[in-house]
Amino acid sequence: MIEVKNIKKHFGDKKVLKGISTVFEAGKANLIIGTSGSGKTVFMKCLVGLLEPNDGAILYDGENFSQMTKKERKSIRRKIGMLFQGSALFDSMTVEENVLFPLNMFTDWSTKEKMDRVNFCLERVNLVGANDKYPGEISGGMMKRVGIARSIVLNPKYLFCDEPNSGLDPQTSLLIDELLTDITKEYNITTIINTHDMNSVMGMGEKVVFLHQGYKDWEGSNKDILQSKNQLLNDFIFASDFLKALRKGIDNVG
Amino acid sequence: MLKQMISVPESAYMYWKETVRQMNHIGVGSLIIIGIISFFTGAVTAVQFAYQLSGSYFPPYLLGFVIRDSMIIELAPTLSCLVLAGKVGSNMASELGTMRISEQIDALEVMGVNSTAYLVAPKIFAALIIVPPLIIISAFLGVYGGLLAAVNYGIAQEMFEKGLLYMFDPFNVVIMLVKAYVFAFLIATVSCYQGFYVKGGALDIGKASTRAVVFSSILVVLFDYLIAVVMT
Amino acid sequence: MYWRESMRQMNSIGIESIPIVAVVALFIGAVTAVQFAYQVQDFAVPMYYIGFIVRDSMIIEMAPTITCMILAGKVGSNMASELGNMRITEQIDALEIMGVNTSSYLVGTKLVAGLITIPMLIILAALLGIVGGLLAVVLSDLMPLGVYERGLHLFFVPFNVKMMMIKGFVFAFILSTVACYHGYHVKGGAIQIGEASTKAVVHSNILILLSDYVIAEILL
Ligand SMILES: Nc1ncnc2c1ncn2[C@@H]1O[C@H](COP(=O)(O)OP(=O)(O)OP(=O)(O)O)[C@@H](O)[C@H]1O
Ligand SMILES: [Mg+2]
Repeated sequence: MIEVKNIKKHFGDKKVLKGISTVFEAGKANLIIGTSGSGKTVFMKCLVGLLEPNDGAILYDGENFSQMTKKERKSIRRKIGMLFQGSALFDSMTVEENVLFPLNMFTDWSTKEKMDRVNFCLERVNLVGANDKYPGEISGGMMKRVGIARSIVLNPKYLFCDEPNSGLDPQTSLLIDELLTDITKEYNITTIINTHDMNSVMGMGEKVVFLHQGYKDWEGSNKDILQSKNQLLNDFIFASDFLKALRKGIDNVG
Repeated sequence: MLKQMISVPESAYMYWKETVRQMNHIGVGSLIIIGIISFFTGAVTAVQFAYQLSGSYFPPYLLGFVIRDSMIIELAPTLSCLVLAGKVGSNMASELGTMRISEQIDALEVMGVNSTAYLVAPKIFAALIIVPPLIIISAFLGVYGGLLAAVNYGIAQEMFEKGLLYMFDPFNVVIMLVKAYVFAFLIATVSCYQGFYVKGGALDIGKASTRAVVFSSILVVLFDYLIAVVMT
Repeated sequence: MYWRESMRQMNSIGIESIPIVAVVALFIGAVTAVQFAYQVQDFAVPMYYIGFIVRDSMIIEMAPTITCMILAGKVGSNMASELGNMRITEQIDALEIMGVNTSSYLVGTKLVAGLITIPMLIILAALLGIVGGLLAVVLSDLMPLGVYERGLHLFFVPFNVKMMMIKGFVFAFILSTVACYHGYHVKGGAIQIGEASTKAVVHSNILILLSDYVIAEILL
């Protein structure tokens, strides 16, 4: 469980996060949605400490991350997996070496155990046969999946994914969503996902936080979204004609 | 299924592996250019000294002596390191810059890897291991280039060889090695610094790598002078 | 259009390189003086020879060659990464579509700017190298200023200056064309830009020293 209390972040005069509080529970896929530029990435980076918030506190299972020493933070970070918006694969390493890297760094397993784990993770993201390719040689969607494999290889307790299925085809996208939901339940992970994808929101959003211009404008579950009377959220969610029609149908029934 | 993970400290083996990769990168990649450049530097120095000294009262065998000492004291370490600043320095800066811009450094940090230790230390270490042997090779090839050029210029080989053995001062080799270590350290640290703290996009990586070349070249000649003043 | 672009390039190649060329030349001159004094201390060489040696080494070899090697690292890698960046972000294609002759607009202007500014930088380097030698001998009390100056006037051969200028033009040409070639033909992404600029530096350094030897062989 991660508790966020009144996080503020500004770059110079530009206020990006203006006081956000919420709770992300373990074993649940927690989604953060919002328009491009609403501060999702900045928020996620504040949570893992890549950016220092200017105000507020972040608690990892009750422990105050914001006030930890470097060493204490490091021990928390070993339990964090993160997928970056641009994948951030190590481009001097092959796909396999990228996924292997955290295992080499932090475990004393045998080579066979490590390789089994790597191949297991690559299979789960539906990526077989690309082991020896370099990041420059695979597509953006494949890079995303390698990034996901790398972030789950150490079985993290907290998993952060910045737009895991942007740039993926609908089928693979669905597969990734299912994977994230499954491992979240299976290992009781606190999973936090930034997304624009309405399919993901509807499919896996047990908890959804809607950011707008640096504020938390709404939060609830995917079931609540359709009923919500929040104007901004409605504009955001029902931006497509298809969903608008769906919404009309719901209203008519209601 | 998963054993007690995340207990072992960051594996020393990984640091060593990265260091070896860097050594390979710096050393093998630079061997050819250093070789060619040193060879021709020796040759040019020979031709030009022969020309400069023709008409003065230096005996011709001194050519070998002058080439040997110029290569060892000055040309091998300084010229090679200026070339390395252009090649290796810009390379290190753009490699780290790319990692910074594409968030690979952030990814390491989130994993709990000390990114400075993992990325910068192996580069400096590798440079310190690899650059001095490169300089030694450079000195030998320079003298050899000088020999061939001198013979080509019409100076008897025995004369040149006599000069090569004339008044050899081992201390000059010490000067060369001191320079090699100092320059290697300067190039690696300056370039890593420039690359590691890049902000912005692809253009800024190019700028950082230019700054790496400029600052390390300046520091190399500055320390060249300081070492010359202190040690000679 | 072409003129403005050439001016911009002259500024970025020429003006922006003055500080590094100046600093490097000063120290190279100083080192040459200090080390020559050390190398010949056991011989009965008159002290004023140092002025002569520094002057000639700077003019014949150090000023053109070292300056151009430094510029290969700074200007060459810059040209390559600038053109490479334009290539992969499709700016070059955009110019082509507009009907601009990109090789003369982008490459020609750089070449012209290089040929104009680099020889001037070399003259500057030669002068500052001699000054650096002077400062070094005076500061370390090797000899009085007058003695060094006497060496500077000794056996002056104007032909050496001509050779320096020939080297300057040849090296400037090599440096600009090699760098532009590698930058213009980049394929791929950010990493390939870095590789192109490294290749620009490496290849131009090698060609500079090779032609340095050839010029010395032919002219001396
Ligand atoms: N380092 C920074 N310095 C200054 N401003 C920044 C910085 N990082 C982000 N911002 C600004 O913060 C705002 C939020 O950016 P952020 O990347 O969090 O958006 P996002 O919600 O992730 O958008 P997207 O969906 O496009 O990824 C943007 O206006 C951006 O310009
Ligand atoms: Mg984002």
